[in-house]
Amino acid sequence: MYSRIYKAGVTIPPLFWVVLFLLVPYAVLFCYSFWSVSPSEVIIRNWSLGNYAELLRQPVYAETLLRSMRIAGSVTILALLLGYPVAYYLSFHAAKRRDLLYLLVIIPLWASYLVRGYAWKTILGTDGVLNGVLNFLHISGALLLLQNHMNAFLALHAWTHTWQVTFVPLSFLLYSPFAVVLMLTHIYTPFTFLPIYASLEHIPRNLLEASHDLGASPWKTFRRIILPLSLPGIVAGATFAFVLSLGDFLAPLLVGGPSGIMISNIVASEFGAAYNWPLGAAISLCMLLLVVGLLFLTERLEKKLSFS
Amino acid sequence: MRKNTPQSGRLLRAYTILVFAFLYLPILTLIVYSFSGSGVGGFPPQHWSLSWYGQLFSDEELWNSVLNSLIVAIAGVAISLTLGLPAALALDRAEFPGKSLFRRLVLLPLILPGIITGLSLLIFFVQVGIHPSLLAVTLGHGTALISVATTEIFAGLQKFDRRQEEASLDLGANHWKTFWRVTFPNLRVSIIAAALLIFTLSFDEIAVSFFLMGRENTLPMEIWSRLRRGITPEINAISTLILLFSFGLIFCWYRLRTKEVLEPEAALLASTLEGTSS
Amino acid sequence: MASGEFLTILGESGSGKTTLLRLIAGFEGPNHGEIWMGDQRLDILPPYLRPVNTVFQSYALFPHLSVFDNVAYGLRAQGVAKSEIPDRVQQALGMVRMMEYAGSAPARLSGGQQQRVALARALVNRPRLLLLDEPLSALDANLRKQMHVELKALQREVGITFIFVTHDQEEAMALSDRIALLRDGSLEQVASPREIYSRPETSYVARFIGQTNLLRAEVRDGTATCGALVWQTSARPGPALFSLRPDDIRIVSSTTAAIGANASAARFHARVEQQTFGGATDLLTIICGNGQALRARLPNPGPLSGSYEFEFHPADTVLVRDAGEE
Repeated sequence: MYSRIYKAGVTIPPLFWVVLFLLVPYAVLFCYSFWSVSPSEVIIRNWSLGNYAELLRQPVYAETLLRSMRIAGSVTILALLLGYPVAYYLSFHAAKRRDLLYLLVIIPLWASYLVRGYAWKTILGTDGVLNGVLNFLHISGALLLLQNHMNAFLALHAWTHTWQVTFVPLSFLLYSPFAVVLMLTHIYTPFTFLPIYASLEHIPRNLLEASHDLGASPWKTFRRIILPLSLPGIVAGATFAFVLSLGDFLAPLLVGGPSGIMISNIVASEFGAAYNWPLGAAISLCMLLLVVGLLFLTERLEKKLSFS
Repeated sequence: MRKNTPQSGRLLRAYTILVFAFLYLPILTLIVYSFSGSGVGGFPPQHWSLSWYGQLFSDEELWNSVLNSLIVAIAGVAISLTLGLPAALALDRAEFPGKSLFRRLVLLPLILPGIITGLSLLIFFVQVGIHPSLLAVTLGHGTALISVATTEIFAGLQKFDRRQEEASLDLGANHWKTFWRVTFPNLRVSIIAAALLIFTLSFDEIAVSFFLMGRENTLPMEIWSRLRRGITPEINAISTLILLFSFGLIFCWYRLRTKEVLEPEAALLASTLEGTSS
Repeated sequence: MASGEFLTILGESGSGKTTLLRLIAGFEGPNHGEIWMGDQRLDILPPYLRPVNTVFQSYALFPHLSVFDNVAYGLRAQGVAKSEIPDRVQQALGMVRMMEYAGSAPARLSGGQQQRVALARALVNRPRLLLLDEPLSALDANLRKQMHVELKALQREVGITFIFVTHDQEEAMALSDRIALLRDGSLEQVASPREIYSRPETSYVARFIGQTNLLRAEVRDGTATCGALVWQTSARPGPALFSLRPDDIRIVSSTTAAIGANASAARFHARVEQQTFGGATDLLTIICGNGQALRARLPNPGPLSGSYEFEFHPADTVLVRDAGEE
């Protein structure tokens, strides 16, 4: 039905743009990763693997990458733990208010990332809201002891004795990987919610009735019918959360502090103060390959997991 | 149907409320503290005042950046829609070799961290002589957001009954006329929804803008640079305003989307209910 | 209900038959009253604890499980010994002749095949009661007729009580030991197919099952009069409503008239207004002298026109309760 002219007309313009502004830049990135920079900040096209060798040689890169993956992994797990039950509640329990609740979950997505990051900064800071609340309730001292001793018994003991103690702000909240994980979980929970909700909605309700009819309790029904059928949504949501957290560079800058640096921050500094574009390009390329590889894997996984 | 015991329902509800509290805590904090005279410091906030909002209005630099953001966002919408519409059409209708590769390419920026898109474009632009500037940012936003336009319009195309087009062709209109008289009006809602979404995302975009920014700042970059210099509490005020603006936009977007979905589906639902009420 | 019986719940859309089924299965709860099965009270039990299984209208097979796993699902959910499961599943699949599809995915099966798997999945649990919610409505006519025979045989073989829901009266009459006709949520009549056909209790039943002529008559001194029709009846004096099936109206042939047979037959004259060919029988619309219209079904009468003398046996008239139909 659609002529070749039509097909050409709809595919060529976007293809052209995408090739020009996505593929060509990646190619340039690729080239840059083999070059180096002179002390006078001039790019030398000397085509070597020097940058990659550097990445392998200096432990800081591997360490940071591992830390980034740990953080991204934690964010993914937490975001799933938060997003799945809410999606389940909306899909199976909240009949009347479902539209409103759906909207409420989406709204934070649209609220500015920077704004929310800044908000976390104010909440977690030594000067911030959380410490203020804790001080108000006189429990920060006990929590500090908890932090140090990890012993609830002692904390209880301490609590009764620290009632008079003056305000001790908890410093581990801000400028740490913990803060980064917290903030990114906040950002990406709606991202995991959306595909999980979509896949839950896709499950025909008569399957659940059939399962109950055949003698399976609600819990068994969840484990054997609902969970397997919602796996594609879980995989999609997890992919989003993991990949985007891995490449995030703003959260560490806002709330991460020196111990919360992630791989993207290193890249950003190579394009900023450190001014080693080729090295930065090499790291970027590695990240790109890692992400594309991950996407490829999850796409195959999703195909295997969808049944209808 | 009692699918789950009442207890599990209540437990889930409590959990959901907690999650919502977590999601909205920062937002509410921001709004509350924007009215606090002593800025951020301690709890509870003291000295309720509107002074920060007052300071905002005289801040010329800030309003310049807002204007810049507007220009970039509108141009970005134009680029994304102009390219996203044919891409969506291609994905929905045309069969051609390499279609899945095409799809992956167009949708890639959606999931790729913005830093990679931003950096690769920076290097590319430097090579071809485009310096970091609003133009660079606009091109970057347009590229990154094509995927959003494609996704939204594609969803709208899927809901559209192809037979209307067939009827139009059958009655003698060619493809071009059919598109403008039948397809496009039906897509209007999707296109507007996509425009709203792209506008909001562009307005708030940081990762790509960070690297392609020149001397002229967009709003998020302006806020960012102020943050680097030290927390000024008027940030709370501007953030609250941005939030309200975003809420307004998403509200419109949601109304558009559900209106389109609910009307035909409500009719379908009503008729199936009648059939199964025996 | 009798144990081992094949009962059909018959009714129009909106009559409540699916609701009734769902109440028994446990997907909906009664607003008032209780549900009992023998000495077991059901309505306080959730569906997964009731000895009842359902075959769904849309089959509701689990798409992510094979046919084998679908059928084994109930057994596993109830903790049947692992060693027992393969045998019972094979047996159930054998009953519906789907054994060679045990490893298939449900999406690959045709509608009829899916329906059989759904049947096996329910039967393998040996429920006390099997509910079937219009399971054949998605099949084409020939396949349906074939399934009628198979279902009936299957039910005899397993001896489980079946409750079958449908809006198709032919299906109901072919399959059931008894039919329960449901109208707007309450039972009009519960009887065997023959009985419900020849002895409808109300005008609604008479009209719903097959076709009929409803005669509003006045009874006086053992005689019922309805316009041009007069016949002997043992009904009480006063106004009464009778049902007369079109197949019970015959043309008086010259031979029978001469013999004087059927002396008790009620006779009347009528003109043939319309004749519809129907294979073995023709359906006629006949108009009496006073304008009364009746329907008659005659076996192969050939083309008719003009007026004839018709007759019917008073014994074929059935006194029905007025169900407020007209």
